[in-house]
Amino acid sequence: MDNSKGYAIELHGIVKRFPGVVANDGIDLKVRRGEIHCLLGENGAGKTTLMRVLYGLYRPEEGEIILNGQSVHMTSPRAALNHHIGMVHQHFRLVPTLSVEENIILGLDEGTGPLMNFRKTREKISAIADEYGLPVDLQAKIWQLAVGQQQRVEILKALYREVDILIMDEPTSVLTPQEVDQLFTTLRTLVDDGLTIIFITHKLDEVMKVSDRVTVLRQGKHVATLSTAETDKPTLAKLMVGREVVFRLKKSPIKRREKFLEVNDLYALNDRGLLALRGVSFELFGGEILGVAGVSGNGQHELAEVLTGLRKSAKGRVFLRKKEITNCSTREINDLKVAHIPAERIRMGIVPSLSICENLILKKYRHSPFSHGEFLDNKEIEENTRRAILDYKIVAPSYEIPVKLLSGGNIQKVVLARELSEDPILIIAVHPTYGLDIGATEQVRQILLAQRERGAATLLISEDLEEIMTLSDRIMVLFNGEVMGILDAEGANIEEIGLMMAGTRYRGEEL
Amino acid sequence: MTGRVDFKIERRPVASGFIVFLVSLIAIFAALAVAGIFFQIYGISPIRAYQLLLRGSLGSTFGLTETIRRAIPLLLCGVGLTIAFRAFFWNIGAEGQLLMGAVTAAGIALFSKLPGPLLLPAMFIGGFLGGAAWGLIPAILKVILGVNDVITTLMMNYVAIYFVEWLIHGPWKGPSARGFAYSDTFPRAAWLPTIYGTRIHWPTLVLGLVLAVVMYILINYTRSGFEIRVIGENPDAARYAGISQLKTTLLVMLISGGFAGLAGVGEIAGIHMRLLGPTHISMGYGYTAIIVAWLARRNPLAVIVTSLLFGVIMSGGDVIKVSLGLPFQLINVFNGLILFFLIGSEILLRYKISFFLRR
Amino acid sequence: MGWETWIITTLSRSLAYGTPLLLGTLGEIYAERSGVLNLGVEGMMIMGAYSAFTTTYITGNPWKGILVGAIVGGVFSLVHAFASVTLKANQVVSGLSLTMLGLGLSGMFGRGWEGKPLPATISKITISGLSKIPLLGPIFFEGQNLIVYMTILLVPLLWYILYRTRIGITIRSVGESPATADSLGINVARVRYVCVFIGGILAGLSGGYLSVAYRPAWTEGMTAGMGWIVIALTIFAFWNPVYGMLGAYLFAALYHLAFRMQIWVSPELLKAMPYAFAILVLIFVSRGTLQKRMGAPAALGLPYTRGEE
Repeated sequence: MDNSKGYAIELHGIVKRFPGVVANDGIDLKVRRGEIHCLLGENGAGKTTLMRVLYGLYRPEEGEIILNGQSVHMTSPRAALNHHIGMVHQHFRLVPTLSVEENIILGLDEGTGPLMNFRKTREKISAIADEYGLPVDLQAKIWQLAVGQQQRVEILKALYREVDILIMDEPTSVLTPQEVDQLFTTLRTLVDDGLTIIFITHKLDEVMKVSDRVTVLRQGKHVATLSTAETDKPTLAKLMVGREVVFRLKKSPIKRREKFLEVNDLYALNDRGLLALRGVSFELFGGEILGVAGVSGNGQHELAEVLTGLRKSAKGRVFLRKKEITNCSTREINDLKVAHIPAERIRMGIVPSLSICENLILKKYRHSPFSHGEFLDNKEIEENTRRAILDYKIVAPSYEIPVKLLSGGNIQKVVLARELSEDPILIIAVHPTYGLDIGATEQVRQILLAQRERGAATLLISEDLEEIMTLSDRIMVLFNGEVMGILDAEGANIEEIGLMMAGTRYRGEEL
Repeated sequence: MTGRVDFKIERRPVASGFIVFLVSLIAIFAALAVAGIFFQIYGISPIRAYQLLLRGSLGSTFGLTETIRRAIPLLLCGVGLTIAFRAFFWNIGAEGQLLMGAVTAAGIALFSKLPGPLLLPAMFIGGFLGGAAWGLIPAILKVILGVNDVITTLMMNYVAIYFVEWLIHGPWKGPSARGFAYSDTFPRAAWLPTIYGTRIHWPTLVLGLVLAVVMYILINYTRSGFEIRVIGENPDAARYAGISQLKTTLLVMLISGGFAGLAGVGEIAGIHMRLLGPTHISMGYGYTAIIVAWLARRNPLAVIVTSLLFGVIMSGGDVIKVSLGLPFQLINVFNGLILFFLIGSEILLRYKISFFLRR
Repeated sequence: MGWETWIITTLSRSLAYGTPLLLGTLGEIYAERSGVLNLGVEGMMIMGAYSAFTTTYITGNPWKGILVGAIVGGVFSLVHAFASVTLKANQVVSGLSLTMLGLGLSGMFGRGWEGKPLPATISKITISGLSKIPLLGPIFFEGQNLIVYMTILLVPLLWYILYRTRIGITIRSVGESPATADSLGINVARVRYVCVFIGGILAGLSGGYLSVAYRPAWTEGMTAGMGWIVIALTIFAFWNPVYGMLGAYLFAALYHLAFRMQIWVSPELLKAMPYAFAILVLIFVSRGTLQKRMGAPAALGLPYTRGEE
């Protein structure tokens, strides 16, 4: 209490195991009071697990948590909240059908009995919102809000609970670059007011920009804790990955071929029956990658679904090599050699409980050589698996195990193997490297570039701007279902793209 | 520093066949034990009750044959249900589908005037179609309108029950039934042959065994089976792969409803030789078959074993009923308890519990 | 019989028949709002009916019977709560097993009770002043019993709790997004247990009403599928107590109208009517995307395990 340099949190030797993995292998972490402390590491390094231990969501097998010098047992989120620890999860913890204020007071028992004193709570929320510049409509339902606003609600929720320590898990992945800057400003204000913030990220730029100190984790182990001012990006990168990172993808100059895909004035509704695409038009050529940037929820999801036949368009036309495919079925489009790497690979891309063999033929089981008439040919199916495992370097103990037992990177490689082995002419790739570690990410990107080299046309939808900038030949920005502009990736300016993601139309020369 | 023993529950990747078998066995015995407590409360010694049950179902030739004849409709309905449950279509309507199969077959037997040798095949085909039609209605409603399958299949059981009641009290009431609510007795050509001296109508039994094998092959080695499994395990992935939910669901319910219909044909052409009250035709085979299919872990071949097990319970239950004066509802106590312990024990398949020392 | 009497009897009977349906529906709405699908309503109802009947027979007090019926329904529902919340078992199958068990146990133990006369039943009351109101008076205030009124009063109460109180927000958040509720320190399992229990109490009450008030008698399987109609009505009501009331009474009215057609249609076919209605009702609400927008609780039927989302 007496000295401001004291540690707010000390974690000692935290061990957390999951079947088959040690997510946290004796991790130590010390966070000073009133600092922004970055927790840096690749996907799968154990950052989120460690913070879930601190937040009481997981019980560690070993280790000790010390808060303000006192050892505590964090048995549940309630205990964490009682110790004034708040957490903003990567996937927001909000109830979509409830209003903002209902979400903020959810789970609180302020001694007012079962009835809610909304007038009082509203005053308190508004006061906090004003103080930190986090305006939001209190009566709006969560599902009506944009993602950036939802994050604001999450922060308000924590502040309303008067937290001293705020954990933010990858908070920037859903924001435009400008919103990221705004968030950083907010975080600074909070720290100036005495809060302690733990900021989980795998992006080096963010570490340099926002943190006071940084702890690097690798494969469940603590690697180093450094003062941000005394380190630099290459050092951090090396610590994070464990080897020298030469992150240079070989990308040959573009060889444009014929026009493969043409989309004209496309309209489509989302699941709630609201317009999600409003007159989207673009062209895509063989041998090029067109990156689609945008904050999530601006029509990317619906665009991918319409192009792959999973969603009917309300208006507009789509041509694949001059053949109209508007509102064709998934199967018809698939048979025209269109590959689809779906956003949620586990929810949609695989059948988790079926074997690798079966997942690899998910779309081609009807065709020779995998079936003859009604009957499946198990020999050919196994042969196909053997080839895929070799070609795509899939690590699997056997062909027959359920695919859900593979690691995230290997599951994605199963999807890629299935989608790309037939030499597709058009590839719709949605968040292809989301959640993968650096090694797997690199491999997936290489595979996509190889397809480009071969002459396939790729539509790359991603929320990772860096990925879009590295892989794409051209970049299209979507906002609110409209195309804000298409620009050349060569020399594209991230500020410009950020403005477009927030709804400014491209002022430069249209491509 | 001393520690204390703590335990933790971990996900088990894949449960082996042996563990599945063991856990199922434990579940059945636990259910029988709890049922024993209810016997005790009712004032009957559970040991005596189970002795009677076993002696009545397995202890004599008559008992054995009764067990097998009870297992026949359970086998047919159960095999069909494994297919529906594989696609996660909740067909709770085998009871009604069985009755509609019986109705169609009875209609053919009573009114078709087909020549003798054609009569039984026509009844089986008709019964299949009758059951299938009854099953296809909820299938269509679910896929096209998103109507809850549990409720529609179940409601249609009641509709079928009262439809049969209406037929036997009204238009189909037999002039020769002397005022009872029966149809007339079928012509001889519509009677299924039975194994001499028993009520085992063997053609239906053979049909059930063959279909169990065929369905096992369908599920595991064919394109349609693959589609059914994908739809059941992950409907989103099925959509993504372009597998038609409508076509697959229709196929599944054609099979499931149709097989239940065949069971209905067997009951009226092999046992009763006339259309009669719905509770006499079926005695809840359609509901019990749900447990038969679930206990078989949705594997058509395993239904051969589980249907026999429930044949034991049903025929043994009959004996208990008569000798101890218990009501027919007794079978529902067994059904409910076994089903409950079965799904309750599934946690042992998904998780394993390990003990360790916490310091 | 004049048309006025005709309407009055039909509506007054609908009110009486709609009451058990409404009680069950209100309970199922609470269970499902918390994310637990309980298909065991039929089983809980019949257990309630059986225990209410026997208690009334033994004690001679129908209110004691109703109370015991409600408690037995509640306790019985905990079997399902244990399977679906604690053991994370399949909720469809668990509910089915509850129904089978309820039908089985009540049939087994109720064997000796069939045809016995009850010493007392919940008496019908007439509110003298109000019953004079033309048309409405005889429908609402003549010959109904206290439970009918209590049930009607439950509707605004349960609606208010669900939408306007802290408790309601907690229940709905557990049914929509248990991970969110959990991360805010709400005990997901406890909320679900309580909601399933409420559902069981109301289903038991509904059964008790059937056996000691509506038609004072015990017969095996006397709920005759009403528990399943309750589940259909819950969907029809979009999980809202007020629509639940509309649905239950509308359904009851249709049912009685159908029975008035006895002259033209045979009694066996008429008995099939409520079940056919239930299907039609579901078809009606399933049309279009309406259901998607007003949708079921997002986590309905899904067990919650911390850290697996």
